[in-house]
Amino acid sequence: MDGPIGTASETAPVSRWVTVHDWATTTDHKKLGVMYIGAALFFFGFGGLEASLMRIQLAFPDLQFLAPETFNRMMTMHGTTMVFLVGMPMLFGSANYLIPLQIGCRDLAFPRLNSMGFWLFFLGGCLLYFSFLGGDGLYGAGTAPDVGWFAYAPLTGKAFSRGNSTDYWILGIMVSGLGSTMTALNLVTTILCSRCRGMTFSKLPVFTWIMLVDFVLVLVALTPLTAAQFMLLFDRFLGSHFFDTQAGGSAVLWQHFFWIFGHPEVYILILPAFAWASEIIPVFSRKVIFGYSMMVYATLSIGFISLGVWAHHMFTVGLSPSANTFFAASTMLIAVPTGLKIFNWLATMWGGKIRFELPMLFSTAFLCQFVIAGLTGIMLSVVPFDWQLSDSYFVVAHFHYVLIGGLLFMFFAAVYYWYPKVTGRMLSRKIGHLHFWIFLVGFNLTFGPMHGSGILGMPRRIYTYDAGRGWDIFNLMASIGVAVQAIGILFFVWNLYWSARNGEEAGDDPWDAWTLEWTTTSPPPAYNFEELPVVHSRRPLWDRKHPEDPDWKYE
Amino acid sequence: MPLAAVAEGPMPHQYSNIFDPVSVTGHQIKDISWFVIGICALIFLITQGILLWCILKFRARPGDDGRDPPQIYGSTPVEVAWTIVPMIIVVVLFLATARTIAEIQIEEPPEEALVVDVVGHRWWWEFKYPEYGITTANELHIPTSTPENWRPTFLRLLSQDVIHSFWVPRLGGKSDVVPNKENWLWYDTPTAGMYLGQCAEYCGTQHAHMLLRVYVHTPDEFAVWVADQQKADVEDPKVAAGRELFQKTACINCHTLGGTVANGTYGPDLSHFMSRKTLGAGVALNTPENLRAWIEDPQALKPGCRMPNMKLTELEVDHIVDYLLTLQ
Ligand code: HEM
Ligand SMILES: [Cu+2]
Repeated sequence: MDGPIGTASETAPVSRWVTVHDWATTTDHKKLGVMYIGAALFFFGFGGLEASLMRIQLAFPDLQFLAPETFNRMMTMHGTTMVFLVGMPMLFGSANYLIPLQIGCRDLAFPRLNSMGFWLFFLGGCLLYFSFLGGDGLYGAGTAPDVGWFAYAPLTGKAFSRGNSTDYWILGIMVSGLGSTMTALNLVTTILCSRCRGMTFSKLPVFTWIMLVDFVLVLVALTPLTAAQFMLLFDRFLGSHFFDTQAGGSAVLWQHFFWIFGHPEVYILILPAFAWASEIIPVFSRKVIFGYSMMVYATLSIGFISLGVWAHHMFTVGLSPSANTFFAASTMLIAVPTGLKIFNWLATMWGGKIRFELPMLFSTAFLCQFVIAGLTGIMLSVVPFDWQLSDSYFVVAHFHYVLIGGLLFMFFAAVYYWYPKVTGRMLSRKIGHLHFWIFLVGFNLTFGPMHGSGILGMPRRIYTYDAGRGWDIFNLMASIGVAVQAIGILFFVWNLYWSARNGEEAGDDPWDAWTLEWTTTSPPPAYNFEELPVVHSRRPLWDRKHPEDPDWKYE
Repeated sequence: MPLAAVAEGPMPHQYSNIFDPVSVTGHQIKDISWFVIGICALIFLITQGILLWCILKFRARPGDDGRDPPQIYGSTPVEVAWTIVPMIIVVVLFLATARTIAEIQIEEPPEEALVVDVVGHRWWWEFKYPEYGITTANELHIPTSTPENWRPTFLRLLSQDVIHSFWVPRLGGKSDVVPNKENWLWYDTPTAGMYLGQCAEYCGTQHAHMLLRVYVHTPDEFAVWVADQQKADVEDPKVAAGRELFQKTACINCHTLGGTVANGTYGPDLSHFMSRKTLGAGVALNTPENLRAWIEDPQALKPGCRMPNMKLTELEVDHIVDYLLTLQ
């Protein structure tokens, strides 16, 4: 050890350990934001690997590539990983990085809590993955949880799930959920208390508005999940019988708890995509977002209604006809504000001068694929349709169109959009185009055909199937599609790496954008702004660039 | 892999297209499905048409003056319009949905109905006909039902362990099979035939092999099937060795054989076992070779299943198989 950690003299190159220590102990919201995104990509690697293994197993009928238990573990870990360890950190990463910049402040309200939130989240993920080493007894290899990411009782009870793999599932998610709760509280507080002068609620960028609703949802939704997980732990270790059906417990109770969390969770995952789209589409159409207040009200009502639709995941569980009817209604209702958003984005493009840079390309694909997802969602809200197709591959197609066609495509758009701010360099357009087109084809090839296999009666979560049901061709296409997607992802990762060194210099405001993050340098200094900004409208940079026709005249 | 070869075999090739239903409820579901698909297709075409138009018409051109286009902040009439119109569509859809739910979700079997108790087990199905005193597994036999000869089948769904889900796509709809909860599913089908289905709710290791078949018979054929199932097994002296062995080993802890000491309920009832087309809930056709492979080592055919390897000698397996083959 030469010299105290954290002090690098001017002449000596900064040692790698100093850098690591610097990042590990940082409380800078920007570094934590980047760490969240890094963690998301890290776990995305695992989740993608698990998906690929499943798709190899399903490429042909009666294949014996994975044993049934292994397949079930991959299925469980894939779903859990993608929801909790990929989708959530994408949200927290982008919010962490951007919100203080967008609302013109220096950091989150509680910087050290922020760091703790990240590390709890990350360690929770590691705890979950540690189950691969010890889920069944001591160092029984490969015994990750196999109860599904939804962990339905009583399959998760002691009677049907021996060993500790399910306990890893509970504790891993609980710990990472605790981190997420802290961060969500932190961000809500920040948005409420740290806005710069002039930024009233009616002047918040739509992005920040949507994120605010999202964090409130995180707080409301994670609570019932954590409560249910405690109850399950009590069942497993203390002999309570909440979900233990053999002692009179209720299997349906778990589903209510789980989906009171689970449905808002789906909106927690898709709202960031809406937030990113609401920044990117206007900037690349060169127009102000159409119907700002409607966008905000739509977001609020989506947040609110999403808390009242959970039982649409339970249409086949045997609820009463009146309950089924009620939840059909509430589910269909949520299509109205969601559709409104789509129309407002289209209206934003209408009459614009659209620049098809990479962020806009991804957003355009989003506008097509997310509409497909939304429409199959409406179909599934028609309860009798759901009686046929719930738990079939149609549903797998539906929610991957939401999560990949919606969330992931917009995540890519967001990365192409904000990367210059984070690194000071542009991502390569050439590699980006390869990434876009290959991934677009691979994604649709994978999940488009699943609508078909679902309609032909293929249930989900099966590790194999017989030939002759008409499913073979759809499954083969899906499996080939995954290989294509993987190539697309490799181009993306290569682009992130290559452009950090060789990318074109970005400058402060490469896209000619309008929100506050583009007023500071790229990358921004540790304290974000030399002088805290003062705003008069939703688009402070527009005002500066068009002094003859500023926004505040119209708001 | 000799055992994999055994597991294959001429399984019936059949599509379970939900748009090719054979029952009354299946048709109702099909109709409302086309209705909602039609509406959604229309919405898709409209939104994507607008998107395409924007892409083609409003893209920035190379020789552009670089000035920003006119800024339009919103328009109340337009926004109200695209709130109200979807609202109306939603109301129409909702009314159609509510009506269909009320028509299909019935839990009171009418007097004419055949009631069958369906019990889900990991990973096989048990079917009990209280009316006839019959118990069988994995293959459900029901009669056709026509307006002149009305005999709908009402399934009372129960679970022995975890949650399963009973789904035969062409017969229409599915319902979960939940422990401590009684669910109902009913079929009213005029079309005789065999329809494939399987468990649709993840239930553990062999969820994939929790298959089922529904045979729909004309009333006469159904009466014959019932009569066959009600017959007592004949005691064939030629297979006495197998019978004795069966009753001496742990087989009887899990399986029932009508009229013998075997009355276990953990595994499928084996009375009239040879009248079933498949074994292991559809994992393989019920042929003598496959049966032999199954008795020798069920775990090789259906890894993780709840029947253990009984570790019998070759000769013992011969006896047991010979005996089982007489259970017509
Ligand atoms: C390469 C991309 C992906 C492929 C090929 C893929 C494939 C699959 C497959 C085959 C299943 C199992 C379906 C079943 O039998 O039920 C599945 C389930 C699932 N996937 Fe993906 N997936 C991908 C990406 C994602 C992403 C990005 C997310 C979310 C952000 C995601 C979320 C889920 C969830 C929540 C499940 C449900 C797991 C369960 O049924 O327990 N997937 N995926
Ligand atoms: Cu099952």
